[in-house]
Amino acid sequence: MQMRFHPLPPILKVENLSISYATRYGEVEAVRQVSFEVSRAMTLGLVGESGCGKTTVAFGILDFLGPNGRIVDGSIKFQGRELVGRSEKELRILRGDQITMVYQDPMQALNPSLTIGEQLAEVLMVHRNVSHTEAWRRSIEMLGQVYMPDAPNVMKRYPHQLSGGQQQRVVIAMALLNNPALLIMDEPTTALDVTVEAAVLDLIEDLKRDFDTGIIYITHNLGVVARVCDQVAVMYAGELIERAPVKELFAHPLHPYTQGLMRCVPRLGITKEESRLYPIRGRVPAPKDRPWGACIFAPRCDYATEQCRNERPMLREIAPGHSARCFYAGEIDPSAWQPSEELDLPVAELRAAAGHEAVLEIENLKTYYEQPSRSVFSLFGLGKKQYVKAVDGVSLRVPRGITVGVVGESGCGKSTLVKTIIGLESPTVGVLQFLGFDISVPVTRRDVKLIQELQMVFQNPDSTMNPAYTVGQQIARPLQRFKTVPPDHVYDEVIRLLRAVQLDPSYYDRFPSQLSGGEKQRVGIARAFASRPELVLCDEPVSALDVSVQAAVLNLLLDIQRRYGTTMLFIAHDLSVVRFFSDLVAVMYLGHIVEFGPAEAIYAPPYHPYTEALLSAVPIPDPSATQKRIRLEGNVPSALNPPTGCVFHTRCPRRSMLPDQGKVCEMETPQWRYNTDQHRILCHIPLEELRKMEPVVTSF
Amino acid sequence: MVGLAIVSFWVMVAILAPFLTPFGPFDQDYKLQNAPPSAAHPLGTDHLGRDIWARLIYGARLVLVMLPINESLWLPGGIALWGVFLGLVTGSVLGLLGGYLGGWIDEVVMRLLDAMMAFPVILLYMIIIAAIGPSALNIVMAIAIVGTPGIARLVRSLTLDIRTHDYIRAAETRGESIWYIMFHEILPNARGPLIVDAMLRVGYAIFAMGTLGFLGLGLPPPSPDWGSMVAKGRQYIMAGSPWAALWPSVAIASLVVGLNLFADGLREELARYR
Repeated sequence: MQMRFHPLPPILKVENLSISYATRYGEVEAVRQVSFEVSRAMTLGLVGESGCGKTTVAFGILDFLGPNGRIVDGSIKFQGRELVGRSEKELRILRGDQITMVYQDPMQALNPSLTIGEQLAEVLMVHRNVSHTEAWRRSIEMLGQVYMPDAPNVMKRYPHQLSGGQQQRVVIAMALLNNPALLIMDEPTTALDVTVEAAVLDLIEDLKRDFDTGIIYITHNLGVVARVCDQVAVMYAGELIERAPVKELFAHPLHPYTQGLMRCVPRLGITKEESRLYPIRGRVPAPKDRPWGACIFAPRCDYATEQCRNERPMLREIAPGHSARCFYAGEIDPSAWQPSEELDLPVAELRAAAGHEAVLEIENLKTYYEQPSRSVFSLFGLGKKQYVKAVDGVSLRVPRGITVGVVGESGCGKSTLVKTIIGLESPTVGVLQFLGFDISVPVTRRDVKLIQELQMVFQNPDSTMNPAYTVGQQIARPLQRFKTVPPDHVYDEVIRLLRAVQLDPSYYDRFPSQLSGGEKQRVGIARAFASRPELVLCDEPVSALDVSVQAAVLNLLLDIQRRYGTTMLFIAHDLSVVRFFSDLVAVMYLGHIVEFGPAEAIYAPPYHPYTEALLSAVPIPDPSATQKRIRLEGNVPSALNPPTGCVFHTRCPRRSMLPDQGKVCEMETPQWRYNTDQHRILCHIPLEELRKMEPVVTSF
Repeated sequence: MVGLAIVSFWVMVAILAPFLTPFGPFDQDYKLQNAPPSAAHPLGTDHLGRDIWARLIYGARLVLVMLPINESLWLPGGIALWGVFLGLVTGSVLGLLGGYLGGWIDEVVMRLLDAMMAFPVILLYMIIIAAIGPSALNIVMAIAIVGTPGIARLVRSLTLDIRTHDYIRAAETRGESIWYIMFHEILPNARGPLIVDAMLRVGYAIFAMGTLGFLGLGLPPPSPDWGSMVAKGRQYIMAGSPWAALWPSVAIASLVVGLNLFADGLREELARYR
């Protein structure tokens, strides 16, 4: 057969695709002349920050652009047939059959009032016209292929009875039921925990092998790209600016934007003492402000010349299979890059945690929530009360001027710990001392002086500011309340704080709706630092931000900390960020701290088995690194009824290291084992055994 | 836009009433009873020979621009506006308390308001007025009392949403008092929907005033109350002079429809602004 020697024709060929939306400012181009191809059994990663048009491209392929969006120009060829200009009816036959999509939030992709089985079987019955029994049988088979345990039973359940990871498996199974030629995944793991994400990413890799499907994988996470993609297309402000095989892209990024992105991401193992993150200056221009006759990245580019500002570069092939939209691609040497002066701040000094007095001391802290019971007895107050043990015996000492990172999956109690410290929740028992004063009372009953010394930075930039007040008013409020400065100096102090968080004084009169996510987070930081607190609690301050913005905000926090000597408790689920940012790290699982120590000790053996699993789940932005593959089974158990003995024993992959398959883990609560006086691990496995483990990540 | 035009027409007419007609609302002309519209009396006269146009626009004053306390004293802002405003104050406080504090306070406040909502609105008005007697101030009270549960429910549901935001946590971690959080952090963010709701409620209040007047529980005669004008004029419809009943009905209808349109327009405008 002669055909076999020809390369496979692409399933999807997008050429010069331009998409625009009708808005109040007139017709705005969201996607501009994007071209790429997807062939069978290949994964194309579509990467870029938010607002770069990744999802718009995906919706363009399916023609889900809504009433105000339309394809202006270009062609989309699916298996050789043109999709642009097809009728809704023809497209509907393709969607869900030949082209399927997996969305970011599985809870919203599944209908809460139908069982999983009904939803899966429906797909086959609509597109394949098979009988109900046949559809049911094939659905169970498919659930098995996405490694869903107990598939026949899952079919009878409703979406809310499954965990997030399982829901996403169902959505993926649904997308694969008709064996589609093209599968589009829009940030399918962004809403999931690291450990769950790792399992879903493994699944996607396996699916590539088992099914002959072309995948478009949309994500903003370079680590995820490195793990699952073969080809990568980098998008910026609606344009495709670089396209390359994944290894090639990470080894030799050609476009200055791609190079900039790589510098923004903390790689696992990098610390603030060794290096800094370099954010890309400026921000992604809004679609209505994008220049036509110029390079779209020129305003933020360190290499921009007159030509870049007056002429639009075309996507050209620099090396085989590697193209970039830059006049100087191939000539720029990223290793010779020097940060501009404003970014060139000194790296943080290494601080020894020992010998500092403690700002915050927590001993055996427990915060339980009462769970309303549904039994008849409890109506009369006779039932046995049940408690959610959100924080269950945490001891922690935070030395002055040090950053303590807290990591763990969602539901491990890190947010409750923070809420208890700040006084939004009351501890059930335990010692909670701040600057030597007891703070185990709610915030309303604390002394104003203590409140002033303990402030917080919040996670969600969109809700951290009150939309009814200007930036200035909101930063001024803590100044007035705590009388940090005399009343006639408040304005000057606000301006000074704005400058400290690198915002122009003109922001004073702006409303939150006029600010970007990163700017709102800066204001949130300024507000927290306004009262010059001793301790600042940061609850995932960067997790909702884009990578380049994230780098800028982390730098800002480091900078402010260095200037004021503030102590920080830093909560995050991103282990690379925590490693970069923290001096000491506490790993939490189900209300307990299971490992505590200096950051470098946590990220090297001996590990707590849970820390090891977390580390092996982190997607690393380096396709050439090798990473141990340890996956946790099942879900985090309910905090209502935590496992006896070691709380981690139900999921522990290392139990087999102990005699008798770790019987002792079920029976007895483990004791702290001290590796050094700083570094301790809560595990039954002797340290000598734990020390023999290989490092999780090698070669970078 | 149409709504705004209708509403501003009535407001202007009410403010400028003394300049828009040579007659007072109580001036009687015994020779001209139940007259059809003419050059002198543009909308005709009623059974006592009073000019309907004059009574109508002085009636609008009572609804929209002035609240008589006694013979010599009056407050700016009409009966409907004051009624809704007072309802807004009590409703907001109760809704904020219930929504923000939750727990047993919420339970008590909301069950009491539920009990009030269980009465048919008209019946509630009649009970209140029958109990405290018809006067301008008492009608204001009645409108406020009847409006409170609805407003409280709205404010409570808005509060439940707003209080989940991090800026409320930020205020709490600053150790702000519950009053500061309720009135400075939560209430300004409920402003938009509340204003729209208040517009609609002014419409209902005018309706309620008309109803009460019609039933004889409105402002005591000879006040130019739209509802009682309709009630009096009704008797003469079959006698061939429908004017005395028609015009106040048209006035009530147009103002209520105008306010509704205006509120809808405002809602859309706010939605677009977001």
